[in-house]
Amino acid sequence: MSSLIDPILVAVLLLNLFALGNSRIMTVIRVVGVQGALLGILPLLVHEHFGLLPLVVSLLTVALKGLVIPFMLLRAMREAQIRREVAPSVGFLPSMILGAFSIGFSVLLAQELPMTQAHLGLLLVPASLSTVLIGFIMLTTRYKAISQVVGYLILENGIFIFGMLLVEAMPLMVELGVLLDLFVGIFVITIIVNHINEAFSSMDTRKLSALKE
Amino acid sequence: MIAMAFALILFPVAMAGVAMAFPSNRARPWLLPFTGTIHLVLTVWTLRNPELQAPVGWLVLDPPGRLILLVISLMFFLCSFYAIGYLRYRGDWSNRTFTSCLLAFLGVMTLVIWSHHLGLMWVAIEGTSLVTAPLIYFNRTPRSIEATWKYLLICSVGIALALLGSFFLAYASFHEGLESSLLFEDLLHHAPRLSKPWLHTAFVLLLVGYGTKMGLAPMHTWKPDAYGEAPGIVGALLAGGLTNCAFLAVLRIYHVMVAAGERVYGGKLLIFLGLLSMLVAGIFMIGQRDIKRMLAYSSVEHMGILVLGLGMGGIGAFGALLHLLNNSMTKGVLFLSAGNLRRAYDSKSIDDISGAMRRLPLSGTLFLFGFIAITGSPPFGPFVSEFTIVTAAFLDGRYVTGALFLLFLLIVFMGMGGTVLAAVQGRPSGRSRLIPYRDTFLTGAPVVVFMALSLLLGLWLPAPIRTLVQEAAHYLETRP
Repeated sequence: MSSLIDPILVAVLLLNLFALGNSRIMTVIRVVGVQGALLGILPLLVHEHFGLLPLVVSLLTVALKGLVIPFMLLRAMREAQIRREVAPSVGFLPSMILGAFSIGFSVLLAQELPMTQAHLGLLLVPASLSTVLIGFIMLTTRYKAISQVVGYLILENGIFIFGMLLVEAMPLMVELGVLLDLFVGIFVITIIVNHINEAFSSMDTRKLSALKE
Repeated sequence: MIAMAFALILFPVAMAGVAMAFPSNRARPWLLPFTGTIHLVLTVWTLRNPELQAPVGWLVLDPPGRLILLVISLMFFLCSFYAIGYLRYRGDWSNRTFTSCLLAFLGVMTLVIWSHHLGLMWVAIEGTSLVTAPLIYFNRTPRSIEATWKYLLICSVGIALALLGSFFLAYASFHEGLESSLLFEDLLHHAPRLSKPWLHTAFVLLLVGYGTKMGLAPMHTWKPDAYGEAPGIVGALLAGGLTNCAFLAVLRIYHVMVAAGERVYGGKLLIFLGLLSMLVAGIFMIGQRDIKRMLAYSSVEHMGILVLGLGMGGIGAFGALLHLLNNSMTKGVLFLSAGNLRRAYDSKSIDDISGAMRRLPLSGTLFLFGFIAITGSPPFGPFVSEFTIVTAAFLDGRYVTGALFLLFLLIVFMGMGGTVLAAVQGRPSGRSRLIPYRDTFLTGAPVVVFMALSLLLGLWLPAPIRTLVQEAAHYLETRP
């Protein structure tokens, strides 16, 4: 089963780059939804024994990351009637290249960190670190509030990947706490996004510029 | 007896539920002092009876936790009376969400303090972001939306990095084949055997993550906006309550580093971030025209002082923990009186605020004395703790650190002084005289008590408080 882990992670990385290079926000949200659903399979693969708990975690992840959150974001978008990210501070192609660099950097960094025997050769650490970095790139270079939320989601996905290394060692309570927390965080953020939309008739965070030195 | 941890955490949360269901907008704010008083009484009772501090599962009250529990309970108690005065002034607005969130905030902060499990503490700190967001958003202006957005997004990213750091720390023990546990007792016990590369990376991630929540430079950018737009009472509870909880998280992580024999590595990073925060705060305070943003930068500065003292260890750590107490009391004075000034002038810029000592004699005077206290002038509390930290620096032979510390304090004094003196001196503008707002007992007395405590701590440190601070500083050197 664990031979499936690396192909999934490669797909996740490709989706990252695709999300960075796409200007249609609808597409980007769907891409991140697919990414979340793919990640939902991981808990089933990393557990050595098939049991009820990994199944529950897996189903919850797919439901939250793959369905509920993308649905909430898409609904917020439809109400705001925006389609495209306009002119990010770093262009789509340059940010894709930056993303590719971050993957290389993560591979180098991961080599510095010692792994246990069971995890040697797996892509979990570099995939996790580069997904975190790509989420960070998205957060800092995009102007639409929704795009920034998507960047945050990608960052959370990166952390989720790292969590897979600890699935056996950590109590399930913490895993569920993480999912719950993500859900609540996104929930509150979506509410605020709607308020931004009402107050400024746009979700462009460049309009949020009254507060600065 | 065992239920004390649960009582302290769940009682405010339950009262938040009561506030949600409470019908009268006028009477609802009284739930705040009711809860605050019971919380403070229970806290003092717990601190006086060690058998009540018995650990319950993941809930443990360690010595730094004891000190910070007392500080936040006292902050909330005093602020809760001010809240009645403030919400009466804003009587036309529904205070249902505001009151509930304030009460839940107290409960979640208490949970942060009691939780001795890295994961649980993380969930609790994330919880503080969620319950404070509606507080910052209370005024419902476009500017407050902007501030809330920045606060939520930047703090969420910070907290996400802290989660990754927690995972790294877990892997540091998993890698060495140790029983993987995120309980601080276990982490401290196994500290010397943790995998060093993982431990170092984990510390950096956790410091950046919880440092964001504390508002250390360069992760402080949400702070001036959030403190600037939030009501004064929320600013006081964030600067004197929440930042202490985030500091406690940093302290506990650093404790693991110390126990692992990595004091030098961790200490250097803390001292660097501390000095950087003081410098950045000082630069942005010069020529600052907005009194609340100025206070936010003052909070950045004092968070810097806390981690600086912590990084020096020994007497420096004692100074830092004492400073935590002094800073909170003095921030109570400054934020609450700044809130009064803001309402009296309908502005928070010194373009409009002048002659505050004539316009609002009580709040204006307290604001001035708060400034004198927070910049470390005798005879107030912050002077004693800052003096302790600088003495520790020179005694340890850290001359450059000590000299920079003094230089940055001077920059802050000059920068802050310009703004504060412009606000309190001179004559009130004609427009401000037309605004009917006056000091009232409820919005004045809590500020006077904060000021008195700040002065008292400078003149004489009561023995029980001294013991609390000493035990907390000593705890850093011990390993269970």
